[in-house]
Amino acid sequence: MADEVIGTKEVNFQDREVPDETVGEVFVNNPRMTARNVSVYYAEKLAVDDVTLDVGSSEVIAFVGPSGCGKSTLLRCFNRMNDTIDICRMEGKINIDGDDINDPKIDVVSLRARVGMVFQKPNPFPKSIFDNIAYGPRIHGLARDSVELDEIVERSLERAGLWSEVKDRLDQPGTSLSGGQQQRLCIARAIAVGPEVILMDEPCSALDPIATAKVEELISELREQYSIVIVTHSMQQAARVSDRTAYFHLGKLVEVGETKQIFTRPVHRLTEDYITGRFG
Amino acid sequence: MTRSTDSGLLSPQEAAVRVAASLKKRGRSERRFRYLGIAAITLSILFLVLLFAGIFTKGIPGMFQHYVTLDVVLDKGRMDPQGDMSEASLYSGDARGLVNESLLIALGSPEGRKAKRAARSILSSGSASRLTEFTLKHPELIGENVAVKFAVDDDIDSFMRGFISRETPESDRRINDETIEFVDRLDQASLISYEFSDYLFTGSASRDAEIAGIKGALIGSIWTLGVCLLIAFPLGVATAVYLEEIAPKNRMTEIIEININNLAAVPSVVFGIMGLAIFILVFGLPRSIPLVGGIVLALMTLPTIIISSRAAIRAVPPSIRDAALGIGASKMQTILHHVIPPAMPGMLTGTIIGMAQALGETAPLLMIGMVAFIVDVPGGVTEPATALPVQIFMWADFAERMFIQKTSAAIIVLLAFLITMNAGAIILRKKLERRWQ
Ligand SMILES: Nc1ncnc2c1ncn2[C@@H]1O[C@H](COP(=O)(O)OP(=O)(O)OP(=O)(O)O)[C@@H](O)[C@H]1O
Ligand SMILES: [Mg+2]
Repeated sequence: MADEVIGTKEVNFQDREVPDETVGEVFVNNPRMTARNVSVYYAEKLAVDDVTLDVGSSEVIAFVGPSGCGKSTLLRCFNRMNDTIDICRMEGKINIDGDDINDPKIDVVSLRARVGMVFQKPNPFPKSIFDNIAYGPRIHGLARDSVELDEIVERSLERAGLWSEVKDRLDQPGTSLSGGQQQRLCIARAIAVGPEVILMDEPCSALDPIATAKVEELISELREQYSIVIVTHSMQQAARVSDRTAYFHLGKLVEVGETKQIFTRPVHRLTEDYITGRFG
Repeated sequence: MTRSTDSGLLSPQEAAVRVAASLKKRGRSERRFRYLGIAAITLSILFLVLLFAGIFTKGIPGMFQHYVTLDVVLDKGRMDPQGDMSEASLYSGDARGLVNESLLIALGSPEGRKAKRAARSILSSGSASRLTEFTLKHPELIGENVAVKFAVDDDIDSFMRGFISRETPESDRRINDETIEFVDRLDQASLISYEFSDYLFTGSASRDAEIAGIKGALIGSIWTLGVCLLIAFPLGVATAVYLEEIAPKNRMTEIIEININNLAAVPSVVFGIMGLAIFILVFGLPRSIPLVGGIVLALMTLPTIIISSRAAIRAVPPSIRDAALGIGASKMQTILHHVIPPAMPGMLTGTIIGMAQALGETAPLLMIGMVAFIVDVPGGVTEPATALPVQIFMWADFAERMFIQKTSAAIIVLLAFLITMNAGAIILRKKLERRWQ
């Protein structure tokens, strides 16, 4: 079954054919990133099955679903982090502002500058707080001089709500911060290279409720400027921070819609079961 | 029974009794294990102490030797026949005659050929060049009367240390009665002194034990290790980085990996044979040079460096790589900025361990001819040289009492060299670790 799909399906980004399994409105008026018939395999194992979905400009979209349903895998397609896994192979098409991200002409390095990522476990570099933020701008040549670099660092930390906490200890190692501070440092690091999209894979799962609240607050502030895709296992979190919610099941996108609608009037039975806690 | 019937589980009381019983058994076996551990450590410390005691009791005296202080008139005409104070002129002068005359004067001018020969046998054969070197260093003293220390012959040295006894019949003794009488005369005049041997560190290979030193071998070792480090470190680190970070994980890399691990277990002499066959016989490089020695030792230490470097790279958490890639660092930037720096301490440790192995290696160097009797201090990697362990190996073969002592002294130097290297590694490691933590 899988064999006839591999490499044969010609996918167009204007293609508006939605897989039968998905209910709800997958398209938005002003998409920033568009996924069309995306399937991902780990060797022969299908992890994401024919997903079509838009990520709008300035919106927060939450990916929810039971463990192993392919949320992280799909998320990592958006900045091609799956390239680092030898056995991982993607089919279908993902565009950012109309450009195919898998186009050989597109440099993955510049793609990742446009699509930042925040990981489940805070992973600051074992360097100073300043260098953690400054690293991205440095390698991408964003600052013309050190004054500009200082400014970028300060603005990024301010944006991440961390400036007042760390401004006197910029030369201390990033790893000396608390877990919640580290995660906000990672968000600041992602912001520093001026992305359009920020991908977050369970960014609060290693944090306590207070740190979680701070990060959520930060996400709400960032939605004005960035498109944010957040994977989460916390229904409350999805309800609190996201504009739209996509529910995945066994690699398929089952339902997508306004967060309020998904949580109050889910259409698909699987979504309803999951949200009401009947499984998952 | 106290077994509770409904759940099939032990009652808390019964469980407590059984735990108490098993505790005793556990305690015994733990104590036994601890005693075994203590015994093992005691034994190894004992061996270490014995080893060090043996080396130091022999080696420390080997760092000292006996000297005779003589008043010599640096006669300008005889020291410097050409009159230009050049090296050539001084070496063609009659330093030997001047030294011998001073010695005879110190001994009260004995008459007769036999007596003169006995007197001459007291001094080392290196005495004339010692006087020449002294003059070269102090040209302003020419024409003056100066006191110069000369090493005594190694037999005299052994006699002074009591290894040659007066009671032995003259015919069985390495030095005759007349010589002994002269030595006594010098000793009574307090002209003989026991001092730190300046030949040990400044002298090169020699058949005469009293003027033999390890300078040439030490420099040879440094050149050889230098070549070894320059080749093995970059190559080893690059290989480790490639295998860990870049190479696709397939059959080919697996085979390479297994072979590298096997290479680590190959006896070092095999590398020597290979060096002989390839570098000397095929490429036609000269024998006995540090360049070839260094290459051979590099091949020998490569597996050690690769294996420890790979372990160090693997210890870098993958989340750091993700973080770097996630903000758009290229693969190379990720490796150079985020993988190699934290792995560096581990890589350096492996390298130093490899270098320490290489420093003590004798067999492969014998194979490529670095065992030759080389008097000159090597001035570069393409000049014939020998290495410290090879020098020790050669000295250990000589029968003279003094060589045995100098062998131990050289071993102490080798050990000191090793300890310095290891200490350097630890310091470097600590420093780098602090920077990256
Ligand atoms: N590196 C990998 N190699 C092989 N299979 C993988 C790999 N990563 C994920 N998978 C498989 O792909 C499927 C989807 O995994 P993914 O991590 O995307 O799930 P997820 O929805 O993020 O789950 P979770 O909520 O637990 O994070 C799973 O069945 C998983 O076993
Ligand atoms: Mg996941």
